[in-house]
Amino acid sequence: MEYQAKELFAKHGVAVTPGIVATTPGEARAAAEELGVVVVKAQVKAGGRGKAGGVKLAKTPDEAETHAGAILGMQIKGLTVNRVLIAPAATIEEEYYFSFLLDRANRRYLCIASVEGGVEIEEVAKTNPDAVKQIPIDPGTGVDEAKAREIVAESKFPAEVADQAVTMVQALWKVFVEEDATLVEVNPLARLAGDVLEALDGKVSLDENAEFRHEDHEVFVIREEEDPLEAKAKDKGLNYVKLDGSVGVIGNGAGLVMSTLDVVAYAGEKHGGVTPANFLDIGGGANAQVMADGLDVILNDQQVKSVFVNVFGGITACDEVANGIVGALEILGDKESKPLVVRLDGNNVEEGRRILDEANHPLVTLVDTMDGAADKAAELANAAK
Amino acid sequence: MAIFLTKESKIIVQGMTGGMGSKHTTLMVEAGSNIVGGVNARKAGSSVSLGGQDLPVFGDVKEAMAETGADVSVVFVPPAFTKDACLEAIDAGIGLLVVITEGVPVQDTAEVWAYLDGPANYGGTRMIGPNCPGIITPEESLAGITPHTIAGKGPVGLVSKSGTLTYQMMYELKDHGFTTAIGIGGDPIVGTTHIDALAAFEADPDTKAIVMIGEIGGDAEERAAAYIKDHVTKPVVGYVAGFTAPEGKTMGHAGAIVSGSSGTAQAKKEALEAVGVKVGKTPSETAQLMRDILETL
Repeated sequence: MEYQAKELFAKHGVAVTPGIVATTPGEARAAAEELGVVVVKAQVKAGGRGKAGGVKLAKTPDEAETHAGAILGMQIKGLTVNRVLIAPAATIEEEYYFSFLLDRANRRYLCIASVEGGVEIEEVAKTNPDAVKQIPIDPGTGVDEAKAREIVAESKFPAEVADQAVTMVQALWKVFVEEDATLVEVNPLARLAGDVLEALDGKVSLDENAEFRHEDHEVFVIREEEDPLEAKAKDKGLNYVKLDGSVGVIGNGAGLVMSTLDVVAYAGEKHGGVTPANFLDIGGGANAQVMADGLDVILNDQQVKSVFVNVFGGITACDEVANGIVGALEILGDKESKPLVVRLDGNNVEEGRRILDEANHPLVTLVDTMDGAADKAAELANAAK
Repeated sequence: MAIFLTKESKIIVQGMTGGMGSKHTTLMVEAGSNIVGGVNARKAGSSVSLGGQDLPVFGDVKEAMAETGADVSVVFVPPAFTKDACLEAIDAGIGLLVVITEGVPVQDTAEVWAYLDGPANYGGTRMIGPNCPGIITPEESLAGITPHTIAGKGPVGLVSKSGTLTYQMMYELKDHGFTTAIGIGGDPIVGTTHIDALAAFEADPDTKAIVMIGEIGGDAEERAAAYIKDHVTKPVVGYVAGFTAPEGKTMGHAGAIVSGSSGTAQAKKEALEAVGVKVGKTPSETAQLMRDILETL
């Protein structure tokens, strides 16, 4: 969110006015009393906040309170606004765009800068692509002062603010590298009255894989805004994404689970349009406890009407997986009543299927193929609608 | 023939003495791989017995290569140490570096790639991964974690972003078999790309047809499609996972994310189909498309 990005900007010396975060209209009023003329800005992880009516100028504390009252609780792109940022209003002379990001295709970083219009950068890129400069950054050498000067010159920052831009580019580079970001964006980067350069709004995407060396990033996670099932899965170390459908999906390996979601959606076309309820990858070691944890998360999803367990036995052979499923159902006990369709393939598949046949659990249906199992799971979900 | 890995390959394991490392070194030995030792600075000079073989532990990759003639290294070290392990192997001039480790910060991989892509890479090291199952040339050698029992030798070359979809596809086509199957990994930046594998399979006389598996995120599949159009004469069958993935959510693999309207499975499928690659709706259908092709060869 903007205020979090600005905290990281400030930490690394990027010229920014952090403002004050408010969660009630009263807090917004108090902040405005302190700051004077302010902008009340909705804080959600989505773009287009201004267009959605989530950004308003407030000349008085009264207005700040009123605007905050209207913006708090508002929905922007499906996200509820729980906090607003009260930022001092600034007189903007010009707006620029600046970002560092990961350039996957070229396996390096990219700096994108434009001195012609900030907020509508996508539009500028379409109508006047020459105005948007793309400058490759070598991850081995990074951005030193000389590189920062090169960037500023190439993007044609006006002479009056060029030195400030060089300083800011270096500070933003520090945000990018030292915080392990995959995106650091300033939009707009504003030239204020008196030729002062300031980051008026920003966005930072952090690399989850680098969390182990950034314990301080934990403060950016706002638990109450996470999906409760996603939060629960995360606590158990499961890789889970909540979706909207009614067929719960559990499998091993990210690729296979993504594929399973697709196969369920295809099968659903023949069964009342049912779709997958979630992505859940339990990884290689599908033992009873992990399987039970996974099933526990999925079965707690009220939208789920059936569950498709799709496992390819590789290193963890099918007999271990089958024991995991049987064990998981024992752990979950009698409280469970949603049907499970299981498809096992791969190493020791005969033994795995024998174990499930023998257990003969009333909720479990064993289907040999992935497509067939998806069809069965979709059918059961549709029947339970 | 095969690509990148053959029975002549001499393999060392960085992180061989760890949990993952020792488990999979054992499995690699069982698969017939010529494992010649491991690397762990703290246990240099000792040896460990894995899969019935006594394997020497060396202080660093350079020493291991000098003592054993190793030309392949498989990396199992934890994410925090992966970058240094890779740089060490590149400095030593290893031929093939297979990085299994999942969870490597992307900036670390970007640095390794910059090093690999520059003058420091005097040995011409090829990296596969990170976050991948590695590479298997069935009945010859395994450098990674792919179960060697799934499928044997045959005419199909396989390249995939995903580990389990690699296994699934090998299983579906086990009656035909594979020259080599490579899992290139699901991270935003990987060393060996679809294109590298396609080029190698095209050049390999034993590979008669190619299966290419992709997933959402980035534009590797689109670029592979452009490459196929101009450079690949062998039949290619494709599969793309993630049609139902929502925008902005990472689906398990760090690189599997649809950003705005880019990186979608639909765009990848269309790009592949536009150059004549048949794309299956499901893994089974994809396997059937490949069987149909193999019958005509």
